[in-house]
Amino acid sequence: MGMAADSEFHVLAVDDSIIDRKLIERLLKTSSYQVTTVDSGSKALEFLGLHEDDRIHQNTPSVSPNNHQWRLQEVEVNLVITDYCMPGMTGYDLLKKIKESSSLKNIPVVIMSSENVPSRISRCLEEGAEEFFLKPVRLSDLSKLRPHLLKTKSKDHCKEQVDEKPAFPSPKQEGKEEQQQSKNNKRKAMEEGVSPERTRPRPNGITSMV
Amino acid sequence: MDLVKLQRQLVDYRDSLYHECFLDEQFTQLQELQDENNPDFVVEVVSLFFEDSERLLNELTKALEQQSIDFKRVDAHVHQLKGSSSSIGAQRVQKSCIAFRNYCEEQNVEGCLTCLQLVRQEYYLVKSKLEALFKLEQQILSAGGSIPI
Repeated sequence: MGMAADSEFHVLAVDDSIIDRKLIERLLKTSSYQVTTVDSGSKALEFLGLHEDDRIHQNTPSVSPNNHQWRLQEVEVNLVITDYCMPGMTGYDLLKKIKESSSLKNIPVVIMSSENVPSRISRCLEEGAEEFFLKPVRLSDLSKLRPHLLKTKSKDHCKEQVDEKPAFPSPKQEGKEEQQQSKNNKRKAMEEGVSPERTRPRPNGITSMV
Repeated sequence: MDLVKLQRQLVDYRDSLYHECFLDEQFTQLQELQDENNPDFVVEVVSLFFEDSERLLNELTKALEQQSIDFKRVDAHVHQLKGSSSSIGAQRVQKSCIAFRNYCEEQNVEGCLTCLQLVRQEYYLVKSKLEALFKLEQQILSAGGSIPI
């Protein structure tokens, strides 16, 4: 499911809950994005190449003296989706750090939260978050990511910071309908639709549940 | 037991879990994320939930046994449990966490202890229900059938 073209987008998901990390990873992969998950804001910043002294190692041609196993020379993150409530650095703190960084500020950031606090939502949107999703996040929420990702792609292409509409219309990835929500109070879209058929042919050796 | 009977049993059982609010729509969402390429997704997520919840229940027990209770810490654990139960669709566990958080805010020890008992009860209930559900699913698959929607 999902369009093959989306695998060119790499999403960094940040959440301290192992259950939610697994969930968001599956949601993103189902939507055909490449995914990296980390369990804290500080690990997210490390992965993005932002060190405390604000030096950037991401995308430098020479190999930087990092011993992080998952650091590739040319890792590029197209979107960050982060939980709000995390110990240490909150999702809001992470958002701020990304938007304050000259090299990272154009990366779209989405906040997730289990709590519907209007002041929290507006604070995040004012700080530059593109979307605010209420947990539990659903597939229909993720379809809202595409326009933000496409915007960054066309920006890279033009190498200009022009606030323009996405060059490509965003196709419906699932056959479900969504209602439009107001921009100032971004909530989860309600979804209608019929559950798809769920058949799971399995091989003979079935592992029992722990 | 024959396949059709098993399948009917599963549908009835699963329906009852929704009807009695053990599970909600979010559990359905999890099932929809499962496919041939990720055939064990639901079991994996639920297993993580079991491990994590039991850890949190232990932490909560310890925290509430302290001479001087750190209610912020207790609340943080309950918040986590509320979140994870919500993520898998364990509605009754999630709801029992809400009252718990209120008592934390009021720093009401008795209230917290009562809630802990309740949350623990709800957790073990949903755990046994889910295990029974998964067992039924496995029986069907072993018999060569597919899980009815």
